[in-house]
Amino acid sequence: MAHSHDDHGSELSEMQLRVRALETILTEKGYVDPAALDRIVEAFETEIGPHVGARIVARAWSDPGFKARLLADGTEAANSLGHQSPVGSHLIAVENTPDSHNIVVCTLCSCYPWEVLGLPPVWYKSAPFRSRTVIDPRGVLADFGVTLPAETTVRVWDSTAETRFLVVPMRPEGTDGWSEERLASLITRDSMVGTGLPLPADRAAR
Amino acid sequence: MSNTIHDMGGMHGFGPVAAEADEPPFHAAWEGRVLAMQRAMGFTGLWTIDGGRASLETLPPLEYLRSSYYRRWFLGLEKRLIAHGLVDEAEVEAGHSAHPGRRLNRTLALGDVPRTLVRGNFARPAPAPARFEPGDAVRTRNINPATHTRLPRYARGKAGTVEAVRGCHVFPDTAARGAGDHPQWLYTVVFSGRELWGAEADPTLSVSIDAFEPYLDPA
Repeated sequence: MAHSHDDHGSELSEMQLRVRALETILTEKGYVDPAALDRIVEAFETEIGPHVGARIVARAWSDPGFKARLLADGTEAANSLGHQSPVGSHLIAVENTPDSHNIVVCTLCSCYPWEVLGLPPVWYKSAPFRSRTVIDPRGVLADFGVTLPAETTVRVWDSTAETRFLVVPMRPEGTDGWSEERLASLITRDSMVGTGLPLPADRAAR
Repeated sequence: MSNTIHDMGGMHGFGPVAAEADEPPFHAAWEGRVLAMQRAMGFTGLWTIDGGRASLETLPPLEYLRSSYYRRWFLGLEKRLIAHGLVDEAEVEAGHSAHPGRRLNRTLALGDVPRTLVRGNFARPAPAPARFEPGDAVRTRNINPATHTRLPRYARGKAGTVEAVRGCHVFPDTAARGAGDHPQWLYTVVFSGRELWGAEADPTLSVSIDAFEPYLDPA
């Protein structure tokens, strides 16, 4: 298995030592600055995450003009919201409808729109997800507890180039007139990868 | 190598997808250090993103499968550092530098970090007009290069339709081996589930890849 949480014991200590040794060597040679490394880790732990994507989707749900812009040029529209860290090139937003459901995968490695969703979760990078999504997406959705209507078409986007995909899920019923902030509380990471759906209205943050 | 263990689309036997509730960004501190070192060394410009991918893909298959994601990254990074003569094996063994570092064109300072948090732009000026347009019927080539490619095995020799033209981009197949950008037009190409997987496939399924022009012939 690509990743198992059962075997951490020996791997962890071996990896701690090896990684620390390599960082020491790279620092001694002047190739890396530990302060810069600290800052990168901090950014991924505290600043870059699915809240960025949720804000984009909530705006798309609220503003048809913005949604059209987002679907036309994801990077341009995302950056018009002014995030702390800009979104890089080639972001493509794809919209779920009652007829069509989108799922994003990277069968070859781990390509993921991390500027808007943060680091990919372990399952996204795992062999089960990478192998099955293109051949049995409904089976993968079942692993996430999601069942789509039989007649809904399923479109899988395999991220084989430097394009990155963000799913715009369908807006849940019962959310008319909601603020973007409240809408964003329904928008899960998985709903923007296509392996989940947004939370129902009664699960919103107050 | 391209027909290596990383190319997993359509394989059976890996079991269900196991999602972890409230997963943290990193499961151990060393994972964050690996990611950060990867970013910092990538910033030096000594290799391309595809060169990095190629070093992971060519790990021994059993090592690839049994390693966690960040362990794989670490092994790939170590391999690349040694291959580029930035670090030697004795130093890795000792855990200390035995020689002064090579002079690099640039290294990542604290003030450069925001730049590494934004993806690069892979679009390049087009050397020729695009050969295909949306709606065109195409067939992917049956290629099996011994070097890096981004055409997955499951989508080789298959009939599909061009859905979108994504611009002219750096060509991974050459960039990975240090042979230059050789910009190529990039297309989103859609295949029916049945074209990819046969008559038993989910009839509601379609799958797209983003394919570089040299992967495609008119159909």
